[in-house]
Amino acid sequence: MGSLWGGLDDVQADAGYDADHPPRMGFFTDTSVCIGCKACEVACKEWNDVPDDGYLLTGMSYDNTQELGASTWRHVAFVEKPAVDLGMPTVGPPRDADQSAASGDAGIRWLMSSDVCKHCTHAGCLDVCPTGALFRTEFGTVVVQPDVCNGCGYCVSACPYGVIDLRKDDGRAFKCTLCYDRLKDGQTPACAQACPTESIQFGELDELRERADRRLAELHERGVDVARLYGRDPEDGVGGDGAFFLLLDEPEVYGLPPDPVVPTRTLGSVWKHVGYAAAAVAGLGVAAFSGRRR
Amino acid sequence: MARGEAPMVPDVEFESYYGRQIIKTPTWKTPDVPLYLFLGGLAGCSAVLAEGAALSGRPELERVTRLAAAGGAAAGTVALVHDLGRPERFLNMLRVLKPTSPLSVGSFILAPFSALSGAAAASHVTGLLPRLGRLAGVGAGVLGPPLATYTAALLGNTVVPAWHEAHRELPFVFGGSGAQAAGGLAMMLVPLDQAGPARRMALAGAAVEIAAAESIVLRRGLVAEPYQVGTPGRLMRIARNGTAAASAATLLLGRRSRLASAVAGATYVAASVTTRFGIFEAGLASARDPKYTVVPQRERLARQDGSAKMSR
Repeated sequence: MGSLWGGLDDVQADAGYDADHPPRMGFFTDTSVCIGCKACEVACKEWNDVPDDGYLLTGMSYDNTQELGASTWRHVAFVEKPAVDLGMPTVGPPRDADQSAASGDAGIRWLMSSDVCKHCTHAGCLDVCPTGALFRTEFGTVVVQPDVCNGCGYCVSACPYGVIDLRKDDGRAFKCTLCYDRLKDGQTPACAQACPTESIQFGELDELRERADRRLAELHERGVDVARLYGRDPEDGVGGDGAFFLLLDEPEVYGLPPDPVVPTRTLGSVWKHVGYAAAAVAGLGVAAFSGRRR
Repeated sequence: MARGEAPMVPDVEFESYYGRQIIKTPTWKTPDVPLYLFLGGLAGCSAVLAEGAALSGRPELERVTRLAAAGGAAAGTVALVHDLGRPERFLNMLRVLKPTSPLSVGSFILAPFSALSGAAAASHVTGLLPRLGRLAGVGAGVLGPPLATYTAALLGNTVVPAWHEAHRELPFVFGGSGAQAAGGLAMMLVPLDQAGPARRMALAGAAVEIAAAESIVLRRGLVAEPYQVGTPGRLMRIARNGTAAASAATLLLGRRSRLASAVAGATYVAASVTTRFGIFEAGLASARDPKYTVVPQRERLARQDGSAKMSR
């Protein structure tokens, strides 16, 4: 059993891989250059043969995909926010000036972001999977083996991001594999390959983190002080994400949890209290038969 | 105490993506899973009662509790397998043993418990292999308390706010509720002169259950709200009142009136079932509303001073 939380330099070694495993691979999704084309969604569906999951006009801006799920492994979120701040005095250069100006939509600040499985350092789905269907790959990613999964659904309730889900007509759990098959052939995952603006960047996680830090510094320098990295911190509640983001607003605006924590972080406390309670039940049993009264 | 009449927490301001939930709603089905939570508690605690009954020479109590342990485990296993998306693959549960997965650990409690309690009951009913049957019964009695309580780890080790935040109390709720159900069932079916231990177990279990459940419900803030409002709130209140009424009846009339004992026992069982549905539904409600995910996380970040968290 590997470590349950905190920073982890070598997630593959923690999972039992030899020292000569490949580097940890991941995604850096820079939402500041996302144009909402959904090429990632289409490429993912096509390459991974992910089935259709219905078409619904939601009224949520251009987002008819709605959310990540068993049959949606990339999801582009669209947020329309009024760019004009009414009455709140601010200091410094106008916020988001380049964002609204660049889109040409005066009065609307349009956020677009392609969401994906985070391939957590400490993955709740993997921790709780009772069959071993979910496993850590040699690239440090988290993948479901469909031939092992028995559809218990525990992973669904253990993901702090709401990524993995059961496919209703199939019964098993599915999610992004970070194109495990393509990685094994040294190729780029389909979504990153299809992305026309390099919003989705694929590479070695260490290198992506450096690149993201540089990009963040550059944006801050240009006055985009709303830019922040999400899932970049190896000391966060999931030990950092293998797929992390540059966002232009609070995470919850994009439907992301502001401070996700892997449920197994409290595993020790969970089992300890179960132990106490089991002892209490055994004690009740003994007590019920001791004493004079019938 | 205006509990349950209105949300305990004033409406909080928070942002979301079109009001959509962040975590997924648990895919576990109703009634399969809440029923399994109940049956595991009933079976586990019945196995404890059965061993006591055998040791203290109470044949009627032993017969009823052995059958309850075996029947509860069998029915619970059916419910659990039925809940799977691929029921034919239920044996994959035994491929690996993972301490990080309460469902894995639980499978390795439930499987031997079912076999042992079934063997003990079969031996007791048929009179065949009495010594092996007793031995099996002892094994079931040892596995009983973990079976009754591990299900709390199952719920606690999720990101579902109402369950995760109650992970310290839930094992005692489930253990107490299981003892109450096992004692209650025996009170229904066993003559008064042999039902003393069942009464005491039900009374003590009910006290533990009420104390633990109330300590969740009486907590301030958003953590307790899913247990207080809507359908789960109603279920939790019905269960608590039923349990309290059954305890009062047991204390006053349980040793004297066969009818009162049976009615109180049935009430205990019904209240135990209701508790499980209440806790299960509270979890689902807390998953569906992004408020229960976002606001506590925001508060946690604020407590950490907001600095250095998002590596801006």
